[in-house]
Amino acid sequence: MSLGTSPGRIPARAGIGLRTPHISQMTAAIPPPVAWVEVHIENYLAAGGPRLAALEQIRRDRPLSLHGVGLSMGSAAGVDSDHLDRVARLVDRFQPELVSEHLAWSVNGGVYFNDLLPIPYTEETLALVCRTVDQVQTRLKRQILMENPSTYLRFAASTIPEPLFLAELVARTGCGLLLDVNNIQVSAVNHDFDPFDYLANIPKLTVQEIHLAGHAVLDVEGERLLVDDHGAPVAPEVWQLYAAAIDRLGPVPTLIEWDTRIPPLETLLDEARRADVWLARTEVGAKKTEGDRHVP
Amino acid sequence: MFHELQATFAQALLAGGGAPLDALISDRIPAERRFAIHVNNVFGLLGAALESAFPVVCRLVGTPFFQMTAQAFVARHPPSVPHLAVYGAKFADFLDSFPPASGLPYLPSVARLEWARVEACFAADQTPLNPARLAEYPASLYPELVFRLHPSLRLVCSSWPVLLLWQAHQQEPVSPVDVTSGGEAVLVLRPDLEVTMTRLSPGDAALITAIANGNTLAAAAASAYDVEPEFDLQAALADHLERGRFCGWA
Repeated sequence: MSLGTSPGRIPARAGIGLRTPHISQMTAAIPPPVAWVEVHIENYLAAGGPRLAALEQIRRDRPLSLHGVGLSMGSAAGVDSDHLDRVARLVDRFQPELVSEHLAWSVNGGVYFNDLLPIPYTEETLALVCRTVDQVQTRLKRQILMENPSTYLRFAASTIPEPLFLAELVARTGCGLLLDVNNIQVSAVNHDFDPFDYLANIPKLTVQEIHLAGHAVLDVEGERLLVDDHGAPVAPEVWQLYAAAIDRLGPVPTLIEWDTRIPPLETLLDEARRADVWLARTEVGAKKTEGDRHVP
Repeated sequence: MFHELQATFAQALLAGGGAPLDALISDRIPAERRFAIHVNNVFGLLGAALESAFPVVCRLVGTPFFQMTAQAFVARHPPSVPHLAVYGAKFADFLDSFPPASGLPYLPSVARLEWARVEACFAADQTPLNPARLAEYPASLYPELVFRLHPSLRLVCSSWPVLLLWQAHQQEPVSPVDVTSGGEAVLVLRPDLEVTMTRLSPGDAALITAIANGNTLAAAAASAYDVEPEFDLQAALADHLERGRFCGWA
């Protein structure tokens, strides 16, 4: 009998985004070694069934993060309270270590677009997203993490750089950040900015989780455009940016995500091991620095 | 201000173009081309969600035709809630009135069966009625019982051999099906973790339909005999109980 894991903290190790094709391996008698898992909240809203039963079983033995893709935090009309209730029920049931959502919108006029759509970064939208984060944190009775988006478009009205928008969101609501390193790279290429500059503007200690995923490279009449499709291995530039990120932020729980052309679980585990190597290196570095500080 | 911008953006997404260009920055890549990424995401990902809910419909028509159909469906009936496991409830009805698919008249029935499987899969879990409990109940009162069906139970009645078609498309190569072999009533159920499908006789299908509509056992049996004079009520009830199709009675 398993004693289970009481809700606590997600370790500073690599976890995987659990997707349907891998569920049966994770519920096998001897599941592969996975430090923690994250699932999309909106895939687990059913009344019952095998998927929820499997998540109960998988969760019993390891930490869990619930990642929302449907609260539409950037909706001008605010959050749909029925959907927030559904999310709250799932959070109550699974008592996850982390809950996160996106700086984006996906619902308008009663239509769910199933995509993470961009918002302009202005004082108006900042106040709006802050209200929504407050509302969600109040309803869920806990802190949530907000993820930086990958973007393809920029708005003429934007006046606040994205990292500052996120920093301000954290300062005003007490939420944490989920830093998607691949999203930084995608947006950096798409909008011609330096991803390392972006990283330098992310406040330390606010990042409680990192996402790593692959992207697709499009050629638009000779111009390069990256698409965040989670359908490829983590790109070399993203690994470099990741190394810089944990060098700056310290060891942070890191998730490997695939959502299209989902490969065998072994591929995700390989990428997770690679992230673990970086994390272990940073941990040693962090301890050393800490030790150094105590030397008079 | 942002309110209007978001509404315009949303309308353009569903229309597949017509982005609010005044509000967007064009640089080395025009904003229309950038906006198109989102249009592709919306239609591509929702199309993929439909394909995973309706794999046999997709095999029957081929992926290109299915994707064309899915795009038309998404534009007409986009999801209203962020819960894609339940997206596609209207797909079978849509196929009924989708002229390009009229050459395959059994297609909507296959879609209904696949949708019943999706609903059964995600329905509430419930422990089936223990037949021993019914045995303790006075038999003279059975006619007045109104059975409660298992929350996952669905019945798909078609004038086509819908289960034969479904089964034939589970293997490669597809085994040939005589689509003129007659209609089928298929009971879909998930008593535990696996979705099951069973063909019912016309009388049995009438019995289950009547029970689902809240009729007493006596009234349900009468409608079964109406369509199938030889109907064996006792055998049918024993089968339903044994397979966990009832959860209780009122």
